[in-house]
Amino acid sequence: LWDRVYPIVLGLPFNLFWLLSWIFLTPVCMWAAYRIEGQERQ
Amino acid sequence: MSSSTVALSVIFGIVGSGTVAGFFSRAHHKMDLEQWTVAGRGFGAVLVYLLMAGEVYTTFSFLGASGWAYSRGGPTLYILAYLTLGYVISFFILPPIWEMGKRYRLQTQSDFFRVRYGNEYLAAFVCMIGVLSFIPYVQLQLTGLGIIVQIASFDSIGRAAAMTISTVLVAAFVYVGGIRAVAWVSVLKDALMLLAAVSIGVALPQMYFGGAGKMFTALLQAHPRHLTMPGATQNLGHNWFISTVLLTSCGLYMWPHSFGSTFTARSGETLRRNAIVMPLYTTTIAFIFMAGFTALLVLPPLSNGDLALLTLVRKSFPPWLLGIVGGAGALTAMVPSAIFLLTASTLFVKNLFRPLFAPRLKDEQVSLLARLMVVALSLCSLYLAIYSSATLVSMLLLGYAGVSQLFPGVVLGLYWERTNPMGVFAGIFAGVGIAAVLFFTHREPWFGWSAGFLALCVNSLIVVFVSALRPAAEKVGAGVSTNLQVIR
Repeated sequence: LWDRVYPIVLGLPFNLFWLLSWIFLTPVCMWAAYRIEGQERQ
Repeated sequence: MSSSTVALSVIFGIVGSGTVAGFFSRAHHKMDLEQWTVAGRGFGAVLVYLLMAGEVYTTFSFLGASGWAYSRGGPTLYILAYLTLGYVISFFILPPIWEMGKRYRLQTQSDFFRVRYGNEYLAAFVCMIGVLSFIPYVQLQLTGLGIIVQIASFDSIGRAAAMTISTVLVAAFVYVGGIRAVAWVSVLKDALMLLAAVSIGVALPQMYFGGAGKMFTALLQAHPRHLTMPGATQNLGHNWFISTVLLTSCGLYMWPHSFGSTFTARSGETLRRNAIVMPLYTTTIAFIFMAGFTALLVLPPLSNGDLALLTLVRKSFPPWLLGIVGGAGALTAMVPSAIFLLTASTLFVKNLFRPLFAPRLKDEQVSLLARLMVVALSLCSLYLAIYSSATLVSMLLLGYAGVSQLFPGVVLGLYWERTNPMGVFAGIFAGVGIAAVLFFTHREPWFGWSAGFLALCVNSLIVVFVSALRPAAEKVGAGVSTNLQVIR
């Protein structure tokens, strides 16, 4: 949907910047899900 | 000493060190089938991480990604999206698969199908699909190795000769060492790969343009449409991007080696923690993209985009540094090739040859036959690598179109009790058939959509439809309800 190059953010075209932001956010969300599910703690 | 001698000496030094480290890793372990294939199920988080990273980050991500960034542009972003999405899927499906593996001492993907569906023929069919899908993947690695040696030798060694030397090295490495050797060489390979990717991705735009931002600005002036879809292509638009990301992320852990490495973990928790960390490693591929984009502006037009990264490194850096980058590239081809050959050969002998043709074969004989299969598969892939002209990414997409067809059988088998072997067999057969017809008649993409994804949709519908039609009394194989209780 946002397949555009401007604005260039941190030296990256916008679509690449957006995708990398999503990648960095993924482990954070998975870790949160992992902890919430553990708190199973029977 | 000539430039090519320096570069090649460094490459062979790195490959030699890796091979020696691999052989030493097996010194304290008796090499029975369980050790050779799943290392006694004793790998902790770090080794499982290295093993899985070693499998995912291959010549495809090293030379193929930069090649597509150079020759295709925007559509290359699918690589970042599919790997991350694949790890999200693995977070949910790998722990229950591991539970079943531990309970039934499973070693391969076909074992999973045999236990879940209670059908030897379905397991053998799955094994055949897995082994056939591996061939373009190994072909990809050998082609990459050929490119590395060809460029590092400044074109004095032909690609066919380079690929033949590489094949012998890889086959010997697997024949002797098994999975434990591969995991330890992954340590060296990953360190070099990270170092090379980040150095190249930062240094090349800096050298030629004064930074990544200025490089992208120059690229947008020279090729305004290159960075958005469909980039430099006519037909790889948004539909292709979405359907290819879905196909390949579903298939990421359907490769028999990825599926099998699940069984090497110490626990399901190890796999979850692994899935959380793995997306961060994906970001290194963005650095590889930058090298490809820089090459588009700096190099004269190349006939083969896969040559872009190493040609630019050869033009920009001294021969010893080309040797280090080439050595990292060689290990990113050798480690995955070793894993693929190890898995495919074990699968073929253990799940297809033994149950259907020689049921009295002992584990030691299986182990010996598997080693001979390593040689046979290596030669088959070498032949295709020498005589094929497909790009590295196209080879991988062909493999994914085949192996992703196993996804409905695995996931529905885990979460829907009614899924039956007849439905899974019909679905895989239809999916692989459709994908093969579309690919081999050059209809990828088909009306803008990924051919493999369309095949996967038909496959899923057939599995659900046939399974829903069968009466409940026939819905399970041997002991499946017990198996499902284990994974819930």
